[in-house]
Amino acid sequence: MTEHNVCDLPGIVARWNNDPANMVQILRDVQESCGTIPSDTLDQLAKLLGVPRVRIEATASFYHFFHAESHGAYEILFSDNIIDHMAGKEELKRYLCERLWLEPRKLSEDGLVYVDDTADIGLADQAPSMLVNGYAVPALDHSRLDLIAELIRNRKPLADWPPMLFEIPDNIRQAGPLTGEAFTPGAALLATIARGTDATLAELEAANLRGRGGAGFKTATKWASCRKAEGEAQEHAGPSQVLPGPLGGEPSVARFSGGAHYVVCNADEGEPGTFKDRVLLNSHADLVFEGMTVCARVIGAKQGLVYLRGEYRNLLEKLKSVLARRREKGLLGKSILGEQGFDFDIEIHLGAGAYICGEESALIESLEGKPGKPRNRPPFPDRCGYRNQPTVVNNVETFACAARIAERGSAVFTALGTPQSTGSKLISVSGDCQRPGIYEVPFGVTVRQILIECGAEDAHAVQVSGPSGTCISFREFDRIIAFEDLPTAGAFMVFSRERDMFEVARNFTHFFAHESCGFCTPCRVGTSLLRNTMDKLAAGKGSAYDMNEMKNIMHILLDMAHCGLGHTAANPVVQTMEKFPDAYEKRLMKLDFEPAFDLDGALSTARLITGRDDEWAHLAND
Amino acid sequence: MTEPKKLRVATCSLAGCFGCHMSLLDIDEKLFDLLKVVEFDRSPITDIKTCGPCDIGIVEGGVCNAENVHVLKEFRKNCKVLVAMGACAITGGIPALRNNVDLWDCFQEVYHYGIGLENGQIPNDPELPLPFDKVHPINEVVRIDYFLPGCPPSADAIWQFLTDLAAGREPKLDYEMLHYD
Amino acid sequence: MVILTMDKTFILDGKTIPFEEGETIMEAASAAGVYIPHLCHHPEFKPHGSCKLCTVSIGGRLGASCTNKAAAGMVVESETEALNADRRALTQMLFVEGNHICPSCEKSGNCQLQAVAYHLDMLTPHFTHFYPARDIDASHPDVLLERNRCILCELCVRASRDVDGKNVFGIGGRGIKSRLIVNSASGRLADTNLSVTDRAVEVCPTGAILRKRHGFTVPIGRRLYDHHDIAEVPVAGMKEPRSS
Repeated sequence: MTEHNVCDLPGIVARWNNDPANMVQILRDVQESCGTIPSDTLDQLAKLLGVPRVRIEATASFYHFFHAESHGAYEILFSDNIIDHMAGKEELKRYLCERLWLEPRKLSEDGLVYVDDTADIGLADQAPSMLVNGYAVPALDHSRLDLIAELIRNRKPLADWPPMLFEIPDNIRQAGPLTGEAFTPGAALLATIARGTDATLAELEAANLRGRGGAGFKTATKWASCRKAEGEAQEHAGPSQVLPGPLGGEPSVARFSGGAHYVVCNADEGEPGTFKDRVLLNSHADLVFEGMTVCARVIGAKQGLVYLRGEYRNLLEKLKSVLARRREKGLLGKSILGEQGFDFDIEIHLGAGAYICGEESALIESLEGKPGKPRNRPPFPDRCGYRNQPTVVNNVETFACAARIAERGSAVFTALGTPQSTGSKLISVSGDCQRPGIYEVPFGVTVRQILIECGAEDAHAVQVSGPSGTCISFREFDRIIAFEDLPTAGAFMVFSRERDMFEVARNFTHFFAHESCGFCTPCRVGTSLLRNTMDKLAAGKGSAYDMNEMKNIMHILLDMAHCGLGHTAANPVVQTMEKFPDAYEKRLMKLDFEPAFDLDGALSTARLITGRDDEWAHLAND
Repeated sequence: MTEPKKLRVATCSLAGCFGCHMSLLDIDEKLFDLLKVVEFDRSPITDIKTCGPCDIGIVEGGVCNAENVHVLKEFRKNCKVLVAMGACAITGGIPALRNNVDLWDCFQEVYHYGIGLENGQIPNDPELPLPFDKVHPINEVVRIDYFLPGCPPSADAIWQFLTDLAAGREPKLDYEMLHYD
Repeated sequence: MVILTMDKTFILDGKTIPFEEGETIMEAASAAGVYIPHLCHHPEFKPHGSCKLCTVSIGGRLGASCTNKAAAGMVVESETEALNADRRALTQMLFVEGNHICPSCEKSGNCQLQAVAYHLDMLTPHFTHFYPARDIDASHPDVLLERNRCILCELCVRASRDVDGKNVFGIGGRGIKSRLIVNSASGRLADTNLSVTDRAVEVCPTGAILRKRHGFTVPIGRRLYDHHDIAEVPVAGMKEPRSS
């Protein structure tokens, strides 16, 4: 894994059916075998696949994990969530860089190592963490970094590293119907076949299952609508709605004829602080795959896709083996459980470092080999999704719930939760608490109850559902986790009294600026303006004017942004401003206006060139 | 009958070409009308070197060096209303074309390798204003109350703007008076 | 001509606008002679919806008028103070994001970015300038690519792909680092099959793609937007206003 081979391009392309729609997967394989995606590879791919180079380059340059320049034999990416920072990430990163004699974001002089940051990698309960050549290493401390530095200096291939470095415990602290109860693969499918499609949909409806990705759309409605939709080529308006055709010109959706429906599992769990899908896939993959298969039976799909975030690369082989086992048992493939015409199989696609691909239409764009930019909606994927066919896109946990409902019926499911928010919810707890990990709680539980369970006596604030969610202060701990109060994809980051909520918000503005896809003006520019203004405040150069500016930018993002990323990107700033005003005020120096840039700093180059250091060669920052 | 108190106006040009000031003079005979309601403090027109308390300050040009900042701050301190006049004050303008040229390369070109230079050296006299890495519009250094775009704004636009301001109206430019070039 | 019945109309700023099935709000408004500010929209090309200037209130919900279909009875608001303030802010964002130095630009006076800014009474770019470092590509014998002025509207991408059948342009990178890329290994425009007569060259709303040796040929005072607001200047390719 550390010696990058000469890349077998034709082999990789053939493995992905010579289909340019699999471009992200092809590029992933190139990157994994060569260590980079060199410029001439793009030309070769263009020839092999018959698509213009410019489209391949658009995809290759969009994803954080793809790069044309060498990152050496070992690429180390530190998870950069605020939780990692609280666990000492910056100091540990400096420590490792010193041990390896290198600077971050610069290939080491011997061409061996490259160290950089990446957005949260889904290990907030085991922070700080990192990716080494795409493989996650949790719970970093000095001794583990000493070991890693030595392994690197000895040029030990990653495959020969001690397995304990890559061990990732589930940390299930409170189990429930999804995480704590046995499941016999096939049970939900048998029940579905016995019950029939209509009755299964009715059961889902009665269970009032709502999407676990956070938005809470009713699953039964989505499935029913997709089932009804005609599976034929439709055009959707989108940022790059053209599937690369053989001539690379006109839109080509004719590759698949009418009738195709797709089931897509959104396992792009990118919201910082969320890691419950990792645990579900690691230990309860059968439940998830079974839920997808139930969905396929209901909507009449032949193919399913799991979009697994690139950061969960370590799960790939395990998931593939679960799929293989299910094929052996007749739970996937032709004539599932002996039923004629019930054909369905699942393929896993890996992401490549783009939070935006958690947005369902961006995810579909990515599955189609393009940059992950959200489409214009309507039409929604239930009518026009993957390859412009009717597609159900659901979160990992939603499919797991669907399998349970199909297996046990709606009554068991609705026994937990509130009327509007039925069932259980997996909460990913991290930050300032004694027992971080997974808590499967009934909907309706208060924030306070979770805080007691996880041992967070000194909690001052909780970021519910990640940066795009809601920041709640200690005054609001009696609010409940439910669609009707605090909807959540699962993140639950705890901050104690000692934490600086300004720094929390600043970390999140950096995250959004890094992850904005750049498609629409307000988000592309607005997230960077917000980040720069927060950095200005952090440098002690903020003013009341800047605070006001950030509020204005929030309004523009809310009104004008193309998708949820932009709509919510200012939330952390605005909410912490409102709930923790002290964190901002102490930085403002009570000024009305401060220059946009560091006046004295902007003279430093000229001082260096002229050798001047006189009184007039400086400007006081008043 | 007492004369109504005249508005005191100061003007200056920072990193600009004085084109906006030329346009101000282009008001021509209407300058006499203008002088009935305003009087000039620091300005290239009066040659007064420091700015006293004023009602209106009009700044041409962006901020390209340390001296520009001193002048701009003096204006902000003394003027009730501060106006950014012209493309350079508002966006950095033509001088900002250097913003993506390395400052060291600029110095080399100007003092070492420029045509006709021999044994050139980079001056280090404290009397010379030290340049910034980049040229900035003035609203990035102080708070600005009004913007009057144009390269330069036309005499009509300046006239319209000043008479509106003198009359206590919110300045409003007609379509053809609003341009960035 | 389709006979318009009362149920094929919607209300835009109090005015009844007829539409044909499948038309977007933008298309129906344009056909009725009503201007909604926009930059990435062009009647000849597939709606894109990225600049967001054409955002309107559709029954209280905000959405881009270039991608939302017109529907009978919908109530749309466009010329509100709040929406125009947002549009002005978006235009200001586009100005500070790139390096738009109008006095030195050949497109000045004929530039849609500038004209929309005039229309919206934009007096200053307001936000802190990014002054990004962007490449100029002068390699092509007949066409100049000035990335400092690119607003990422993707009109050239669409024109080259859908009309010229060439795929000369694309958008690379992501977020604030998004950039216009061209279809050649060298990254140079000269090494693509772009021709000066391509639709992609003509369609650029700003001075990012320019025909060489044509700069400043039209004197100030006779340029497209010198005397006329962009709302009054017909766009080539726009449908003739429907007679009512």
